[in-house]
Amino acid sequence: MALSNVLQTPAAGFNFDNATRNAALQSFFKGAETPKAMKTGTTIAGVVFKDGVVLGADTRATSSEVVADKMCAKIHYIAPNIYCCGAGTAADTEKTTELLSSNLSIFSLNSGRKPRVIMAVNILQDMLYRYHGQIGANLILGGVDCTGNHLFTVGPYGSVIKVPFLSMGSGDLAALGILEDGFRPNMELNEAKELVRASIQAGIMCDLGSGNNIDVCVITRQGVDYIRPYRESEYKDDRKIKYKYRPGTTPVLTEKVVPLKLEVVAETVQRMDTV
Amino acid sequence: MEKRSTDSQVKGVSTGTTILAAVYDGGVVIGSDSRASIGGDYVSSKTINKLIQVHDRIFACIAGSLADAQAVTKAAKSHLSFHSVQMETPPLVVAAASVLKELCYRNKEELQAGFITAGWDRKNGPQVYVVSLGGMLISQPVTIAGSGSTYIYGYVDAKYKPNMSREQCLQFATNGTDALALAMGRDNVSGGVVHLVVITEEGVEHVVVPGDKLPRFHDE
Repeated sequence: MALSNVLQTPAAGFNFDNATRNAALQSFFKGAETPKAMKTGTTIAGVVFKDGVVLGADTRATSSEVVADKMCAKIHYIAPNIYCCGAGTAADTEKTTELLSSNLSIFSLNSGRKPRVIMAVNILQDMLYRYHGQIGANLILGGVDCTGNHLFTVGPYGSVIKVPFLSMGSGDLAALGILEDGFRPNMELNEAKELVRASIQAGIMCDLGSGNNIDVCVITRQGVDYIRPYRESEYKDDRKIKYKYRPGTTPVLTEKVVPLKLEVVAETVQRMDTV
Repeated sequence: MEKRSTDSQVKGVSTGTTILAAVYDGGVVIGSDSRASIGGDYVSSKTINKLIQVHDRIFACIAGSLADAQAVTKAAKSHLSFHSVQMETPPLVVAAASVLKELCYRNKEELQAGFITAGWDRKNGPQVYVVSLGGMLISQPVTIAGSGSTYIYGYVDAKYKPNMSREQCLQFATNGTDALALAMGRDNVSGGVVHLVVITEEGVEHVVVPGDKLPRFHDE
């Protein structure tokens, strides 16, 4: 839901409309486990360098033990100068970032100003705090605006921390080791990209939930370079045969056509006022 | 992130903390550590600033859930700013403390955050107030809070003297970094660097003391 004025505070208090629905759905499962939300099991990282911010992410989305998507995009667009990596529940990170992006573009149009990273962070914080951790989104927001190059992390409970480098997701500890060792203030672009790549690589190697390729997004004053993929996985599978079958592969034995009898119950015609 | 929860009562990131504030002759010194942790196992930030400026001469030191504390101080900042526009004068420290207290008391079921409000105002000079978890508001000349404070009650009681000079107070507070360093040395969820802020009529001075400059004790 896009607010026309994003600065308007939403209605206070919790909205429990879905709680009764969830309780009713629970009964359908008759004691068995309710399905769990799909998590991305991820490694995401971000680094501030001399001319801007570099964000990196792996591209694997898992559904328990199966890789659901080998080329999932975890770096989301927020504004021309702001991008966001998301870890946690896939649907939550997707929708939260979309909501934020649409709010910021309305704000931009209304105010005539480019959005600032701190504004995106404040809107996210207010929203996630209101839901008290029910929205499972761990986000790393990075961007460049008139006040400088910024990297923030927002947690699911609504805590905000400003950082020069960070990693999140299930592979975060592996990636953080590389970042802690290799980070220096004011790095050059190539060093920063290499550092982010190495940290995501560590996450991919050391975490089962992360894998496949590495995406990198470089944001500077001049613009954005979204490199997808930045590095492909060495372990690419080679399909031996085609799995798509051409029409006619399955023989048709019989064909029966039953027309649906539909009755026109009511008809209304509304004229459009066209000049 | 669930693998990192948690025996701690606080869900999400917590500022298991040591914060202190002391009044001296002419101003107030406040200090804090800089560690934010999840579940007592993972340090999510080594350099977080727990001294949040809610108005020109008024600071709030935060303890408890980071998300709750940030949300409350944001709301308090906006209330105080509006209040000072209406009154056409800077707010009193007790007003700031009351704003925080109202928020904590009215929402005590949902919130897990405590504060030390300290500052200077024209009417009563330097003051320190503590707003605890449930919303109790008390004025004290010196106060410590957070999980690490339990280790330094004796030290603070022994060392604090009323009406100290600025140097003595900084000594106390940097030997209040003594106080803070002692607490950080014993409490696993306090650590990092020490942030110190001195608030006087003239202005606000922020000093960061990195880990290697902190005092060391017999066993380190």
